[in-house]
Amino acid sequence: MSIPHLLVHNKLDNVGVVVVEGVEAGTELFAVVTEDNSDFTITTQHDIPIGHKIALSDFTEGDTVIKYGVDIGRIVQNTNRGEHIHTHNLKTKRW
Amino acid sequence: MATNGTFFGYQRENNRIGVRNYVAILPVDDISNAACEAVANNIQGTIALPHAYGRLQFGEDLELHFRTMIGTGANPNVAACIVIGIEPGWTQQIVDGIADTGKPVVGFSIEQHGDIETIATASRKAKEFVHMTSGLQREECDISELWVAAKCGESDTTTGLASCPAVGNMYDKWIPKGIYGCFGETTEITGAEHICAARAATPEIGEKFMKTWQAYQDEVVEPYKTSDLSDSQPTKGNILGGLTTIEEKALGNLEKIGKEISYIDVLEPAEAPLSGPGLYFMDTSSAAAECNTIQAAAGYVVHCFPTGQGNIIGNPIMPVIKITGNPRTVRTMGEHIDVDVSGVVRREMTIPQAGDALIDAIIQTANGRFTAAEALGHKEFVMTKLYRSA
Repeated sequence: MSIPHLLVHNKLDNVGVVVVEGVEAGTELFAVVTEDNSDFTITTQHDIPIGHKIALSDFTEGDTVIKYGVDIGRIVQNTNRGEHIHTHNLKTKRW
Repeated sequence: MATNGTFFGYQRENNRIGVRNYVAILPVDDISNAACEAVANNIQGTIALPHAYGRLQFGEDLELHFRTMIGTGANPNVAACIVIGIEPGWTQQIVDGIADTGKPVVGFSIEQHGDIETIATASRKAKEFVHMTSGLQREECDISELWVAAKCGESDTTTGLASCPAVGNMYDKWIPKGIYGCFGETTEITGAEHICAARAATPEIGEKFMKTWQAYQDEVVEPYKTSDLSDSQPTKGNILGGLTTIEEKALGNLEKIGKEISYIDVLEPAEAPLSGPGLYFMDTSSAAAECNTIQAAAGYVVHCFPTGQGNIIGNPIMPVIKITGNPRTVRTMGEHIDVDVSGVVRREMTIPQAGDALIDAIIQTANGRFTAAEALGHKEFVMTKLYRSA
């Protein structure tokens, strides 16, 4: 298997993590789901630093983001598949 | 590296096994730091443990101070201990607590003597202790004698993918062999508290965890938070590394407790585990030095510290092993990393292989090999304070 650009913990997840440096907008990323080693490709819409997340689906405000198969917060700004997900569009549901 | 499931450690009087052999010079209070540091400067082979507190504390906060002081002196990595305080009462209380382990310990108080006389007398005793302990030989011990704590720091998204699961895999393999384990970070379970509660060995222990977790939310987070936890949960470093919310951070954090084991009790800060071998949850801060200090005070002798962005923490008496799965951190901060599991994110290394690499590093560290933090001189020793002193 070639080296993945993007890892996804769980089949239910709607975000993935970029695990290589230097990912630029427009790159087709090779993604692997660690749970079952299945893979897919997705094109990123932004430059994404290593460790940062991209959307695997389209989100509208109020949607829940799932990672590890679990709720990790709510979307506060409409976001399209392939776009960067971080503090600008994802907020905790806790404090 | 092949191992026979053994390591070479120091047998202590109370039958615990140490992996280091320090003569500790322990201040009861902040104003005795100078005397302790002078003794450690006079006598090679000793280590001073300066800290910021120990005056006008009371109630539960004072109990935690005593527990941390006594537990630090009692830790099996300490062969002998000198205690120095401003006055004799609390000094003797700490000496007596450490003496319960059977190890050599003597206290000195500064009032009516002054620093210079105290330093001279304590230095003579410290030299005696160095001669008593520096020739002690390591003996072969079963790995079940190891007490291995864990805490992650400057986490990022690779922590939950690689370095925390490596620790979890180690616990899955070693807890059944009879080691003591410990995880904590009460605030940092937020978002995964339901999953953590379900991993308790019994529903009662799960309820005890939830009570501890809820108490922190009610007593500390709610009264003091602003709009959020002010860039502290997640930290600025976490956010740079791609972690966005506390829920996301908590789920990665909890990967440290593996897939198969349960924790068998919930400990107060710095409380020694008394329910036998197994994994324990301890109510700790998520700040690395505070957490590590009270885990060492509970008796843990080796520490596994997953990091993503590159926390550089060490501890004066407990070797701290750094594990990272972030290839950029390996490249830019390699001197701080003991176990490189970045192969996991390249899918070149499995989690069980990462766990084995960590197990090898723990055994080498237990045998005496310096960790990166030890070689770099990291000795962060930070008391946990529950409220303002009187």
